[in-house]
Amino acid sequence: MSRELDIKTTKTWCPGCANFTIEAIFKSALMDLEKEGLDLSKVVVLSGIGCHGKISDYLNLNSFYSLHGRAIPAAEGIKLANKDLIPIVFVGDGDAYGEGVEHLIFAAKRNTNINVFVHNNRVYGLTTGQFAPTSPEKFKGKSTPKGSVEEPINPIELMLASKAAFVARGYTSKTEHLKDLMKQALHHKGFSFIDILQPCLSYFDTREFYNEKIYEMENQDVSNFNAAMEKALEWDYNNGDKIPIGVFYKQKKLTFEEKIWRLQ
Amino acid sequence: MKDFSFLIGGKAGDGIKQAGHFLAQLFNELGFNIFIYEDYQSLITGGHNFSIIRASDKKISNHKQKVDFIIAFNKDAVEKHQENLKKETIIIYDSDAIQKQDLPKQYKAVAFPMSNVLKQRGLPLIVRNAVSLGILAGVLKIDFELVKKIITNSVHKKIEENIKVAEIGYKEGLEHKNGFDIEKIKNKPGKILTGNEAIALGAVKAGMKFYFAYPMTPASGILHYLAANEEKFGIKAIHPENEISVALMAEGAAFAGKRAMVGTSGGGFALMVEALSLAGQAEIPVVFVLSQRSGPATGIPTYTSQADLLFSIFAGHGEFLKIVVAPGDADEAFYLTAEAMNLSWKYQTPAIILSDKHLSESIFSAYYDENKVKIEEPKLWVKKGEYKRYLITKDGISPLAFPGDKNAIVKATSYEHDESGITSETAEDAEKMNEKRLNKKATLIKELKKKKTINVFGNKKSKNILIVWGSTKGVAVEVAENLGLKVIQPMFIEPFPVEQIKKELKGAKKIIDVEANATGQLAYILKANGIDIDEKILKYDGRPFTVEELEEKIKKIIK
Repeated sequence: MSRELDIKTTKTWCPGCANFTIEAIFKSALMDLEKEGLDLSKVVVLSGIGCHGKISDYLNLNSFYSLHGRAIPAAEGIKLANKDLIPIVFVGDGDAYGEGVEHLIFAAKRNTNINVFVHNNRVYGLTTGQFAPTSPEKFKGKSTPKGSVEEPINPIELMLASKAAFVARGYTSKTEHLKDLMKQALHHKGFSFIDILQPCLSYFDTREFYNEKIYEMENQDVSNFNAAMEKALEWDYNNGDKIPIGVFYKQKKLTFEEKIWRLQ
Repeated sequence: MKDFSFLIGGKAGDGIKQAGHFLAQLFNELGFNIFIYEDYQSLITGGHNFSIIRASDKKISNHKQKVDFIIAFNKDAVEKHQENLKKETIIIYDSDAIQKQDLPKQYKAVAFPMSNVLKQRGLPLIVRNAVSLGILAGVLKIDFELVKKIITNSVHKKIEENIKVAEIGYKEGLEHKNGFDIEKIKNKPGKILTGNEAIALGAVKAGMKFYFAYPMTPASGILHYLAANEEKFGIKAIHPENEISVALMAEGAAFAGKRAMVGTSGGGFALMVEALSLAGQAEIPVVFVLSQRSGPATGIPTYTSQADLLFSIFAGHGEFLKIVVAPGDADEAFYLTAEAMNLSWKYQTPAIILSDKHLSESIFSAYYDENKVKIEEPKLWVKKGEYKRYLITKDGISPLAFPGDKNAIVKATSYEHDESGITSETAEDAEKMNEKRLNKKATLIKELKKKKTINVFGNKKSKNILIVWGSTKGVAVEVAENLGLKVIQPMFIEPFPVEQIKKELKGAKKIIDVEANATGQLAYILKANGIDIDEKILKYDGRPFTVEELEEKIKKIIK
């Protein structure tokens, strides 16, 4: 039985925010999966703190609106406690790559069977415009008025190095492509990770930049780790002529929960 | 009264703990009550370790400073323990490791070449614990069959060889005459366990399904014990990347409907405090074990302290209901952990078990009755109408539902929220929800009035009253009994049983606060509740009070 996925409430994202797109694509992906037999009462949406986090309030689904950086470990606890539940974790770039980066790395290392979708606009939005872990060097934000002196983290490289079993990158303007990535991630048993590039219209409008550089990977051998790493380094969130999107790497292996319960 | 104390000393790696456990089992079989204090340093081999094993015909939960026997595996075990000697102390020592002239001359001694006896048989030095058990049993004229039984039950390798060398020691021991006469006491032996094990067992009995912890002394014993017994208890013990993850995983598990507990010491708890506040706001039941050690910061990791009382009750930003209990011995550790788990679920709020090194790692004879503990069901949703996770009710408690329920949408949140769990920043919701959460406290206080939240010991008519909490209970009770004083021990710290305490303090002449911290934290809470303390006896050297030193200090005050 299909249910209304929207909660009737005022959405407080900025007009035109790409978070609306992520939410719409996610709902559309869920409806497709529901037709395939997904039980929506088993879905638990989690989010951290940041603009992205509001998605927990807007979806008529079970949700755990966690602390900044702390959505992933809560999702792991949920999955351990009830293996039938499907935790889908929305996190921000400051949330997942800054405050809670250890949880991201360890969830990948464990291959816990959760989905992590990162709203990566490469800037802090809700705190009104500071540099983020994925901001390019020399980024001028409120905390770095003379420009950031740090190199950005490359989340794709980080996740590959952390043994993540499903690593992908999407872009909010490539809606069908992103929807397909979400569905692939949700179908994948094990830790699934999508770095979703999105512009922030208020603090870091990257639309032109991405539209020029982004391309969809074709014929990528997703079982080849070295090939994935090579693609991951094509753009390091600082330099690079082209930005590949799509699935970098995919591997089938036993999940954390399967191993934990099998040991009994 | 039959009361014996033994000190076993050597370096880390000598098997001091095992030797202590042998003795504990020996006296347990004879019907005695046991207490073992273990003193060790933050290192793996070397250093100086010792255990004080006390066996008594009455219930005890503390050790004495003066011992009847020292079993010495090296010189330090005597030299560093002058303060533990009394006129009658007998020193049993390895004459291959200690020269006779190094021992103080005024004491009776039993010399035995433990190391050589083992060397001749190709056995490692750790087997000195079996040899010394034999010698001691001989000296005390205890039936050797009992020694055999204990070794057979606790040694996993070379049992026959262990028994053989124990017998050689036993024969030597028999040669020595002494004034001790150990007879079996008619007393049902208790369970010999650590405070940590009692906490673990209490949680399991109250329905805990997950234990999450990052290793930290002195709480690690809970993790090790539960991890080793997962199948037996039907639980999972999980060791995540840090304490932050520990607390959040537990909250995730509880949100999904499974009872979870976490355990750590002060430093780890500091990292969990953010999640503690989340549990308060999102109304998620989780039990936190805070086993205190000497601080601040890394402090003295393997030594004890009661300096996190205020930290525990004030932990977490914002205002919300916390339940804090402070067990004083293994029996209370079992019961109060179970109680904390049940109350945490009933009131959908975090609970804290305040333990410390002295309670967590000491060994007790426990007599708790498992059947007295039951899993108490929380208020569950009756599946009618639209589910609201934070429904306003008269008692402040909203019915619980869990994700996966086809008829409910369950929304937990760290934000202030409306009844459905949707973020709200309105003045009305902020006020309503704060009141709802605090209303749970009023309901709990009402319930606690019907429960035993404080203990009273000693001479109940005395106007000189000791007030103590946690692991200081045992020593205080013994001293009070010796001196004819009254003792009050709150088992609940939050909500604080102020009325019950005031009732017991009526007519008091002198109220003496005894705590293992430097500032008198319980005294602070008492003061905040309108109770003035006359004297404070504080100890903050990492070591627990002994009967002798506390008695001396109290005598000076009440003389």
